[in-house]
Amino acid sequence: MTVVKAPEIPRQQRQPETRREVPARARARAGTGVGLGVAVVYLSIIVLIPLAAVVAKSTDGGADFFWRAVRTPDAWAALKLTLISAVAVALVNLVMGTVIAWVLVRDQFPGKAVVDTLIDLPFALPTIVAGLVLVALYGSGSPLHIDLAYARSGVFVALLFVTLPFVVRTVQPVLLELDQDMEQAAHSLGAGGWTTFRRIVLPNLMPAMISGAGLAFTRAVAEFGSVNLISGNLPMKTQVSAVVIYGRIESDDTAGAAAISTFLLAIALIVLIALELVQRRAARRG
Amino acid sequence: MAKYSLRVITLGYLAFLLILPVGLIGWRTFADGLSPVIDALTSDDAVHAFRVTLIVAVWAVLLNTVFGVGAALLLVRGRIPGKRLLSALIDLPLAVSPVIVGLALILVYGSFEPIGRWFGDRGVQIIFAVPGMVLATVFVSLPLVVRAIVPVLQEMGNEQEQAAHTLGAGRWATFWRITIPGIRWALAYGVVLCLARALGEYGAVAVVSGRVVGQTQTATLFVEERYQNFDTVSAYATATALALIAIVALLIAKLLDRGALKRSEKH
Amino acid sequence: MAIQVNGVSKAFGGTPVLDDVSIDVGSGELTALLGPSGGGKSTLLRVIAGLEVPDRGTVVISGVDSTRMSPQQRQVGFVFQHYAAFKHLTVFKNIAFGLQIRKRPRAEIKRRVHELLELVHLEQLAHRYPAQLSGGQRQRMALARALAVEPEVLLLDEPFGALDAQVRKELRTWLRRLHDEVHVTTVFVTHDQEEAMDVADRIVVLAGGRVEQVGSPTEIYENPANAFVMGFLGAVTTVGGRLVRPHDVEISTTPAAGSVAATINRIVRLGFEERIEMSGPDGEIMAQVLRGGAEQMRVTGGDMVWIRPRDDARTLEPAR
Repeated sequence: MTVVKAPEIPRQQRQPETRREVPARARARAGTGVGLGVAVVYLSIIVLIPLAAVVAKSTDGGADFFWRAVRTPDAWAALKLTLISAVAVALVNLVMGTVIAWVLVRDQFPGKAVVDTLIDLPFALPTIVAGLVLVALYGSGSPLHIDLAYARSGVFVALLFVTLPFVVRTVQPVLLELDQDMEQAAHSLGAGGWTTFRRIVLPNLMPAMISGAGLAFTRAVAEFGSVNLISGNLPMKTQVSAVVIYGRIESDDTAGAAAISTFLLAIALIVLIALELVQRRAARRG
Repeated sequence: MAKYSLRVITLGYLAFLLILPVGLIGWRTFADGLSPVIDALTSDDAVHAFRVTLIVAVWAVLLNTVFGVGAALLLVRGRIPGKRLLSALIDLPLAVSPVIVGLALILVYGSFEPIGRWFGDRGVQIIFAVPGMVLATVFVSLPLVVRAIVPVLQEMGNEQEQAAHTLGAGRWATFWRITIPGIRWALAYGVVLCLARALGEYGAVAVVSGRVVGQTQTATLFVEERYQNFDTVSAYATATALALIAIVALLIAKLLDRGALKRSEKH
Repeated sequence: MAIQVNGVSKAFGGTPVLDDVSIDVGSGELTALLGPSGGGKSTLLRVIAGLEVPDRGTVVISGVDSTRMSPQQRQVGFVFQHYAAFKHLTVFKNIAFGLQIRKRPRAEIKRRVHELLELVHLEQLAHRYPAQLSGGQRQRMALARALAVEPEVLLLDEPFGALDAQVRKELRTWLRRLHDEVHVTTVFVTHDQEEAMDVADRIVVLAGGRVEQVGSPTEIYENPANAFVMGFLGAVTTVGGRLVRPHDVEISTTPAAGSVAATINRIVRLGFEERIEMSGPDGEIMAQVLRGGAEQMRVTGGDMVWIRPRDDARTLEPAR
């Protein structure tokens, strides 16, 4: 075996150890510090300061003003409609989303891949297009001879559309990972299909289902573009909070808009925290 | 039997909620043939709306990609306090209604607010102009690139970077030659998602843009305005165009996702 | 002296991992850092490489104090246990990486990479990706990659730990031969004492963050500094209250000075050698003799014999 005679590659010049040389570790830490600083500035400019401004504006006229703005008849009605619809939609998705995920994971039929891809469409579709699309099928002039326009059911359908992917996409990966051995063991012990599902599969899916339902709820509470068209924006009847806020902005009542917005954000925050706590408690129980 | 009925329920639900509505729009759009659609899409206002949409979307994607890569590196590799807080703040935009986003930006950057006036004095208008629309679009699509990259960055580990360091590569060289190529599929996926979201934004830009036709009108605002003016041909045509773009983006994202999966399985 | 480690200490969180460690590695030597898992050997290696910074102490490489230098500046080659292959680059590009960073001309890079591919026998696989290689091939690539930039020191962190036994043995021999050709100062970490004894010129036994002993394989095996080193480097058994190697146990059918009585439980024939398992006052005792040894002495299971350490054997007080 020949001795490998490596060609003369000039050695890198050695840096003399001087007092001014910054140790490598400190340099790395400075880089991270700068990065963190930039990220914080970016977040502040775009997200934090603007949101803080909303909260600040809402408390501009004191607590009195805040509650008056939130409790004006149309705003309050909208809040009730928004929250009730959001809860309803979350519950429907809890069931249907799980069913759809189940079919996508466990069933086989031609065109399944296409269906699977289409589930994400509400994520990608502009909300105004979703609104248009739903008005076409469920508004006046609908080929199905249904007219949900100017009705709360129209709002409900629009919200179902935009929240479709949430539970499906959180449950699907869990189902995929789920070891079917457990179900087979249950069957061998005499448990029927539904019992097995209820006692074995469902508990394992619960965290994902709840997480998805929470996402669906927050999305439904915030929705604007898709409900706008089909609801016809009838005050006290089919207006959702986002639309009321929009109206306030258009009539230059930014303080009122801010108050309702802050209230809405607070609710979303509370729900998210509550869900997180529930998840954590469930996780601890294993 | 249960399997069969579940399948029927699912397909029925999806048909009535998703497939029929979208299909109907496509149907209605081309009801009178192709040429009215082409005419509508090539009108001055329509073309301008698409241009505005594109400019705003590209800016938003660029900014959020740079931020996304940096934030992901911080979250996964950085030794910083408050990572969970940072992560929660990054996810915050997902919970905020688009109109609230618009309101928030107006309250800070509107021409009568201190910061907005500062910019106004220097000739830069933010609200009711493109910069404000960019800000709004950045807000709503902020988390998308970060969340796409983080899991891949975590899985990659930093041994390859350490190896690069021992071979003499500085931090920049390592970043461009090792880190970025390591996450390229997830990065592309995140960019496509961000782009789709940016192209489709409606509520926030509706508030922030002033909706001046021919100037600050995006394609989504164009759809609404045309519909309100009973120009259903233009509205449907543009809506279909946007829907097609969304579907293409979805397909590309799906391919990227599967490509990334195949690659990771090989290792 | 190629590498001098002086008084290095390091703790992670509150846990001390290295405690005042000092070693010298001679130029061109192949040194093994041997010890049980968690003993600090990988950390020490990474301190030498610059991938970790010690809390106290210095590292001097080729006469230059490198303690505060980044890995990029140190001219060390490092081979990771799990290869750290650049997954998105071909084998060729992996090996070429360090040269490309140094902006060497393309022709030179091509030549050097081909030289190395020949050296590690991966010429046919130059344009494959790491995912398409076996573990052993990936590690050879990692070695070629580290050698490409002519490091002054080559560091290997449990380089064969992720490979199966057969491949491990092959690569072990191959590493030794490679070292004999290339003569780079090499330090490698292992917990496998057979590997260390097989390959290294010198062994540093490291446990609990401290250096237990430094010496050639023979020195350490025959003159272990303490009970731990003795036990780690090979089998031990206790005779007459002292630790002794099983092959140093003298068995006789008649009592002799300094011998103790023991009863044979079992004679296990392991091909080339035989293991005689006995019970005595010190508990279970094991002696090792060559094939046929038991028969020669005419002893069998149940017999009582007298045992003592051989005169020239090294014995130790057991650890407290």
